[in-house]
Amino acid sequence: MSKGRFGVHGGQYIPETLMNEIINLEKAYEFYKNDPEFNAELDQLLKEYAGRPSLLYYAENMSKDLGGAKIYLKREDLNHTGAHKINNVLGQCLLAKKMGKTRVIAETGAGQHGVATATAAALMGLECEIFMGKEDTDRQALNVYRMELLGAKVHAVTTGTMTLKDAVNDAMREWTSRVNDTLYVLGSVMGPHPFPTIVRDFQSVISKEAREQILDLEGKLPKAVMACVGGGSNAAGMFYNFVEDENVRLIGCEAAGHGIHTEKHAATIAKGTLGIFHGMKSYFCQDEYGQIAPVYSISAGLDYPGIGPEHANWHDTGRAEYVPVTDEEAVAAFEYLARTEGIICAIESAHAVAHALKVAKEYTPEDSIIICLSGRGDKDVAAIARYRGVQIYE
Amino acid sequence: MSRSKNAFDHGKAFSAFITGGDPTIEKSEEFILNMVDAGADLIEIGVPFSDPIAEGVVIQDANLRALSNGCTTDDLFELVRRVRTKTDVPIVFLLYCNSVFKYGYDRFCAKGQEVGLDGLIIPDLPFEEKNELAPIAASYDMDIISLIAPTSEDRIKKIAADSTGFVYVVSSMGVTGVRSEIKTDLASMLESIREATDNPAAIGFGISTPEQAKKMAGIADGAIVGSAIVKIIAEHGADSTPYIVDYVKSMKAAVLEA
Repeated sequence: MSKGRFGVHGGQYIPETLMNEIINLEKAYEFYKNDPEFNAELDQLLKEYAGRPSLLYYAENMSKDLGGAKIYLKREDLNHTGAHKINNVLGQCLLAKKMGKTRVIAETGAGQHGVATATAAALMGLECEIFMGKEDTDRQALNVYRMELLGAKVHAVTTGTMTLKDAVNDAMREWTSRVNDTLYVLGSVMGPHPFPTIVRDFQSVISKEAREQILDLEGKLPKAVMACVGGGSNAAGMFYNFVEDENVRLIGCEAAGHGIHTEKHAATIAKGTLGIFHGMKSYFCQDEYGQIAPVYSISAGLDYPGIGPEHANWHDTGRAEYVPVTDEEAVAAFEYLARTEGIICAIESAHAVAHALKVAKEYTPEDSIIICLSGRGDKDVAAIARYRGVQIYE
Repeated sequence: MSRSKNAFDHGKAFSAFITGGDPTIEKSEEFILNMVDAGADLIEIGVPFSDPIAEGVVIQDANLRALSNGCTTDDLFELVRRVRTKTDVPIVFLLYCNSVFKYGYDRFCAKGQEVGLDGLIIPDLPFEEKNELAPIAASYDMDIISLIAPTSEDRIKKIAADSTGFVYVVSSMGVTGVRSEIKTDLASMLESIREATDNPAAIGFGISTPEQAKKMAGIADGAIVGSAIVKIIAEHGADSTPYIVDYVKSMKAAVLEA
């Protein structure tokens, strides 16, 4: 079995052209992750630039309304650029600089990772090119303009389903044509080793803070933590420091789109099977011949046919649970949180909120649960309006 | 016993690639048999995949055409079975890991052997991951063709030493597609490969003109052409045969001049 395995999942299924570069990246990461200077620089960036630590907010109105557990929101939406993605890109772009790279490329779905990468690249003086499915450049036109404002070049990907998976395909193709000066800043806990580990480590700051914060506030661990899962980066970050706390339930919320009984979903754990794609062995939505399925979600950030290999293993071992949440449930939760707490969250994060609405009553007010509010929802307002039949365009 | 290396038994080899099922399975059979008649020493059939990450636009589009016509891996096995009744030319599949994995490594190799397939070229199965498939493939005489890239450097020797059939030398960075110029120092790559293995080596990626084919076959044991042929099919569709035949003849003649 090769390196970077989580149970049977993970590995390095990539073209030979990239292998030496991936090996270099692994070596560089293994060095810098233990380098006090690198960590001091990253900590300073997270604090001074991204605005960490993010708040752990007690959602009192929501908790009382639901009449179950005390609900806490880990406010990643308050980070600079409005989502958890900045945690990872500051780490990876700093790593790129240390490796002597002058250019970064990245894929993006909703545009949050693209905006975060363009932001970090602008800050650190790196050339930046973003690959984004044409479908998503239409759905998230403001984010395209935002990336361009930040000095990035945005490629609208017109191959395949023109969404996140196709953006990853084209970013990988671009990387094989130019590795010497370029780092592919992968946005989720996916792809070939060492990306799933690197991204999880950089995102684990979420649960490192949240665990300390909840112990301060409640004096005990939460009963459950939950997060939305596409590729799974905010969930991996939210889960990681609770993995050893066996009594804390870890719940990942997948995009069920129109429902997992239809073909319009992106629920990889519920409906996927074991496969090899985008450099990793994991679960994928695919047909009997291994053709990757055209998945669907109202949320561009969860519209991905696979899941990170560590999640696949947490599912296999039973350490984490994965549940499907439909578009309708997510939109209702999006509206509920806005009305109840005055917080407009990302439609991705609303999938986790929706599940909390379902399970809060299973607990008592002595218990707490934490929802990772992975991003803010400004980008989604027009799309939600249209979902409700109000014709607003950005 | 390796059969894919038989392609190199008669001097410098010309390897011709088409995407299976583009535009139809019946046409693929016609194109293959005509390419063999025109002098192709090895036939590579691309198994269409939804997300071919090592391919440029020309072959990506061919994959889409084939898939939208409903082409499946089983259709391509049957294609090989039919072609095999008419020619002994070595035939290999070029395909992505998931197409083999999802079918089942054992089931895939068994079926391949049964229909007369000689090897597999898998661009997303590097040396590090090869061992989950290689022993199974070997038990069915299925060569796993190793790829060596311009960035392989210190990896060349271990990859070449472990190769079965022949070595596929990737001429350039990036994805498949026609290139006006190939800048990689292929001669020194070939030197390293030959120190590590007696298996023949053929160069692919970016080759389209007879001049390039002659030059590449001069450095290596053969030249592999894909996108240039697929481009003819994109242009002429079902009527491509005469154009493909002329092209393969000119390329084979160029390779023999090397």
